[in-house]
Amino acid sequence: MSLDRGLDITVNTTLGDFTLEASAKLDGPLSVLVGPSGSGKSTLLNVIAGLTRPCFGRVTFGDEVWFDSERNLFVRPHLRRIGYVFQEGRLLPHLSVRSNLKFSRWFRRSTGPGPRLEDIVDLLDIGHLLDRSPRNLSGGERQRCALARALLATPSLLLMDEPLAALDEARREEVLPYIETVRDRYRIPIVYVTHALEEAERLGDEIVSMRQGRIEKIERRVRSPQPNKEPSS
Amino acid sequence: MIYNATLSQPRVQPLPYLSADETTAILLSLKIALIATLASLPVAIAIAWLLARRQFPGKALLNVLVHLPLVMPPVVTGYLLLIGFGRRGPFGEALEACCGVVLSFRWTGAALAAAVMSFPLTVRAIRLSLEAVDRKLEDAAATLGAAPIFVFLTVTLPLALPGVLAGAVIGFAKALGEFGATITFVSNIPGETQTIASAIYSSTQTPGADATTLRLTLIAIVIAAGALALSEYFARKVAGGAGRA
Repeated sequence: MSLDRGLDITVNTTLGDFTLEASAKLDGPLSVLVGPSGSGKSTLLNVIAGLTRPCFGRVTFGDEVWFDSERNLFVRPHLRRIGYVFQEGRLLPHLSVRSNLKFSRWFRRSTGPGPRLEDIVDLLDIGHLLDRSPRNLSGGERQRCALARALLATPSLLLMDEPLAALDEARREEVLPYIETVRDRYRIPIVYVTHALEEAERLGDEIVSMRQGRIEKIERRVRSPQPNKEPSS
Repeated sequence: MIYNATLSQPRVQPLPYLSADETTAILLSLKIALIATLASLPVAIAIAWLLARRQFPGKALLNVLVHLPLVMPPVVTGYLLLIGFGRRGPFGEALEACCGVVLSFRWTGAALAAAVMSFPLTVRAIRLSLEAVDRKLEDAAATLGAAPIFVFLTVTLPLALPGVLAGAVIGFAKALGEFGATITFVSNIPGETQTIASAIYSSTQTPGADATTLRLTLIAIVIAAGALALSEYFARKVAGGAGRA
């Protein structure tokens, strides 16, 4: 896997009375889509994931073409090798946390050695949660499990849709360091959606500002070098 | 079968005990209803999924067709089955030619009639439970590499399971009580097509068979009430939290 796998997106799509018209080249490694609610950042993320099929445009990731309206080409989400962390976690409620983490292994043949379950579980401190039901997790625990599940899908691109938005301030601090650790330890490009500017500035190498279905500006930045602190458990 | 020798002769039965004919009718009813339910369940799930999740031309027509047996006079359904699946009906003839299956005046035909009549209730319950499944969870499964068929089998169906069971149980109860279409299509032959319902009908037409009528009626009530209670139990589980994490 190389870090120079960039996302190249040109889309034009209409959902109801909302129009998304965006063109961007995202080089990451961590690109943040930031903007007020209704600005189209989550829609853009779902276009990248393949959960939303746009009307027109083209989406490529590295040398893979995921969508091309001219060639009527659309790669379905299960074939895109992504990991997706949703705002509400979306752990499958009828399975244990452990089965949620292993879910992708039932379907995806591994290409080379992926991350080991034990390593990810240690990294995110969720060992004590494995046999619990997702229904009985706190918000912070749920999001750490969702992050673990996405990583264990051995993604070549990690998508995160406001993973902290459903958490209060204290819980946010409980999850944020883990996201930084994942960013720094795994060489996976990440597209991160948030409406919180401070989160964007803390995490992003690249900040894409969106408003009313359009990209206003793309700003590359050098993250202030932080001591590589490990999350305290 | 201790009563075998007296099978065809009317005899006075002590009230709390079932006669051989009555036992036969009850067992046959259970067999017919069980086969009808199990055989139609996969079809009901497929149709319910189409109606819940897909937009296609002819969807309204399919919906009407599925629900017709619920609102048509049962005798009309039975007559249509007779025309279509009788020995000289187009489907009946084909079935006998290809697989040696005869439906008319056989218990298999009674199972078909029961399946058709209970189908709308089963489909309806399953459709409601499929509609209650959070589709965001299906999206999540897709991002984890599950192809649509596996999303259905590992996420949608397990989450809709209480509704599927409720639909199967209510369909079973309906199949057990089916009368009009059954008697029209396969008649009322003791030991072959005489179910609880048609046995009750016969006994009400026979002088002195009041005890038979009473016993079978009580059994029909017990089975129906039990099935309804079970179905309600499953349905409440659907309402209680299908697909919420």
